[in-house]
Amino acid sequence: MTAGLAVQINSVLAALILLTSFGLLVQRRIYGMLRLFAWQGAFLSLSTAIVGYTAGLHHLYISAALTLALKVFALPYILYVLIHRLEIKRDVEELVNIPTTMLIGIALVIFSYYLTAPIRELSTLITRSTLAVALATVMIGLLIMITRRKAVTQIIGFLALENGLFFAATSATYGMPLVVELGVALDILIAAFIFGIFFYHIRTSFDSLELKDMEKLKEDE
Amino acid sequence: MTLPTPLAVAFFTALIFIIMAVVSPLLASRQASLIRIAFFFSVVACIMGLYAGFSVVLSGQAETLTLPIGLPDLPFYLRLDALSGFFFTITSLLGLFVSVYSFGYVKGLLDRRPVTSFVVFYNLFMAGMLLVLMADDAYFFMISWELMTVSSFFLVCFEDESLEARRAAFIYLLIAHVGAMTILLAFGILAGFAAGFESFRGFTFEAMRTASIPRSWASIAFVLAFFGFAAKAGVIPMHVWLPEAHPAAPSNVSALMSGVMLKVAIYGIVRLAFDIFPITAWWWGGLVLCLGLVSAVMGILYALMQVDLKRLLAYSSVENVGIIMISLGLAMLFKFHNLNLLAALALTASLYHCLNHALFKGLLFMGAGAILHSTHERNMERMGGLIHRMPQTALVFLAGCLAVSALPPFNGFVSEWLAFQAFLQSSVLPGQVLKLLSPLGAALLALAAAMSARCFVKVYGVVFLGRWRGQGQCQAQETGLAMRAGMWLAAGACLALGVFPTLVIGWMDTVTNELTGAGLKASAQAYGWLWLTPVSAARASYSGPLVFAVIAVVILAAYLVFHSRKGVVRRSAVWDCGYPGLTNRMQYNSTSFAMPLRRIFGSLLIIKETVRPCDVTRPAAFQERFTYEVKVLDRVWYIFYKPLTQAVFWIARHATRLQNGRIQIYLMYSLITLIVLLVFS
Repeated sequence: MTAGLAVQINSVLAALILLTSFGLLVQRRIYGMLRLFAWQGAFLSLSTAIVGYTAGLHHLYISAALTLALKVFALPYILYVLIHRLEIKRDVEELVNIPTTMLIGIALVIFSYYLTAPIRELSTLITRSTLAVALATVMIGLLIMITRRKAVTQIIGFLALENGLFFAATSATYGMPLVVELGVALDILIAAFIFGIFFYHIRTSFDSLELKDMEKLKEDE
Repeated sequence: MTLPTPLAVAFFTALIFIIMAVVSPLLASRQASLIRIAFFFSVVACIMGLYAGFSVVLSGQAETLTLPIGLPDLPFYLRLDALSGFFFTITSLLGLFVSVYSFGYVKGLLDRRPVTSFVVFYNLFMAGMLLVLMADDAYFFMISWELMTVSSFFLVCFEDESLEARRAAFIYLLIAHVGAMTILLAFGILAGFAAGFESFRGFTFEAMRTASIPRSWASIAFVLAFFGFAAKAGVIPMHVWLPEAHPAAPSNVSALMSGVMLKVAIYGIVRLAFDIFPITAWWWGGLVLCLGLVSAVMGILYALMQVDLKRLLAYSSVENVGIIMISLGLAMLFKFHNLNLLAALALTASLYHCLNHALFKGLLFMGAGAILHSTHERNMERMGGLIHRMPQTALVFLAGCLAVSALPPFNGFVSEWLAFQAFLQSSVLPGQVLKLLSPLGAALLALAAAMSARCFVKVYGVVFLGRWRGQGQCQAQETGLAMRAGMWLAAGACLALGVFPTLVIGWMDTVTNELTGAGLKASAQAYGWLWLTPVSAARASYSGPLVFAVIAVVILAAYLVFHSRKGVVRRSAVWDCGYPGLTNRMQYNSTSFAMPLRRIFGSLLIIKETVRPCDVTRPAAFQERFTYEVKVLDRVWYIFYKPLTQAVFWIARHATRLQNGRIQIYLMYSLITLIVLLVFS
């Protein structure tokens, strides 16, 4: 595989990652969101592996394998079990309507490209063109967290944001050192468990997982 | 065997207080012995401190010491020179008297609640004040300053079940911390010019002394530091905490706060303006002088209007700090114009008044504490005739009143007289503004002194003379031995400082020599110890011993005339002018005594007078009883503080809208912040 082809494939994968981000932003069904999140993880894993191959950095294979195991299988499965056990309503309610959300998302993508333009000029890495996509994924992840009402969708948004960060790390500097990657992966896994435990407790104290009901926690003057 | 150096003694003095603060909680289960042990060591420590301060002023030799603790690269620097020695003497002297007094007073507090926390913070407070005086770098200075502030905060709110005490303590803490912040900023400016911010070296006073500071920055630093120290000293308009905190605190703490802590703040100003950096603009002195004048006149005016004895004393402290500031401002003006001898004169007046005010205000607060202790009353409208019940307290309180009214032969007279001498010399100052200011200032100082006399005539007359105005029979008893001993000692010191001013000025000559390069000793003692001649005998002279001798002879003669045979003094009922049915409440009281001045200066104060008929069913013309109410409010509060607090609350109310409890909104703040940072990075 030549470097040119690798860049092409990588760009396609970046586009797919961005597409799944938008998919997460517009998806109304919660299982659909989970599936999209798993796909995003798969693209990310593939992209990491390709970068590792072209750049000759073998520790990126381990990262790719970890991503595959965690983000494609483990986390979606955990969330699926969670949703199933807690009998969460399958519909996702959003605060802002979907076309507006998409327009904001597009604005964020353009903003990311504008922002990373000087870096693209300077960088010599083969992955340099994907940095804008990575940044956009981070911001769209944040946007998902802002526009959704349910606690579970917040988690998915948060994980998408983390995917963006991971992608940014591979595209900007060929990934973080392996030790850091392992640590982050472990953190994500533990975070998922903690979310699960918290959801149980939140539901027992509030009888729902709506963020609206948690506004009661605010101290009144 | 050689004697330990004064600095070592001073350091051990502070150490004893700190150790006592740490050890006291161990004795918490035995409160009575805790009081005895703690105040015994406090007395010992104060005597040691007195020795250290006195000997350092006497010799004029500065000593330094470096403690191997503190920040890396910035150990604690200690220094004891004549100036800090002088204030060390004040602190230890009043500390000694108050500690003796506290044996009795704190035992009285024990009836209501355990006093362990009181003892701990009392010791920390003393240690803090002494360490401030010894500090030779800004870092250690601020630590000690905060120790002093925070421990006195806990002492003010010692009786924390009362809302009034908690509120007073909060205001005190707030103003003290705003002041501490500005002092810190001032030190920051000085340190920056001394050594840059790369090292901590600039924070030593030694480095600041040699730093070259541009004029404008020096002015900014001075104004910041002056504001901070003045907030602590209670200069108008930063005085609002004083009349709140002093009545709320236990009386021995009020005595220490008013007598010593305000002086520590003045020490800060003197240290900065005369030692650490040169006076580079004439208006510094002018600023200090003007604020001093305002404080002196307004302070005593407010004092006159008060009916709460301790509040009145607090306002009187504002006045006295004003008088100290007046002399200090004059000294700065003289120093700026290189009139060193006159600067020494004004500075001597200022420092002497610090010493005097510490003693007589300490005495008066101790007296107020004794009255409070035996009558459980702070309101003067419900006192009266206590001279029959508490003859000794009455006598020492009279000494305090005479001293604060600046009457010979007591000490207040000497320092105010010196201040007037400095004023009368100020015609040599160049500049039209100053020429205009100095006669006006002298007149205002005279006005303040006169009103102060009137104020304390009122206090003494209403509290000790006449008849009991309160409910039922007066139950007051003379206070215990320890409390009387503390007050007697303070009264004796007031008299001694008033009778032998020449010796005192000779002793503190090293301080002015160190700060202004000139001393009064030669001219003041030109005619021996009997006559005090601050500038020259042709201008003015005062002989404390002679005045005292004459007054003593007159009093003795009067006593002999009236008590030599029986029947000269006759006691009978009050003549009722033919209208029977006089009650004790028909006496002249505090409010009525202040009435003429309330009319004259009414426009300077906020006075709310209301007269309401008691029986609302009758027409107004046929009422038998009326309720009269008068409230005198502090105008400063409404000019400076009310708008400020309202603005803060307004901002706070609008800022809480940011906090609406919705996670999405908080996340949006993050996103917006992120975008803004990315755009503008």
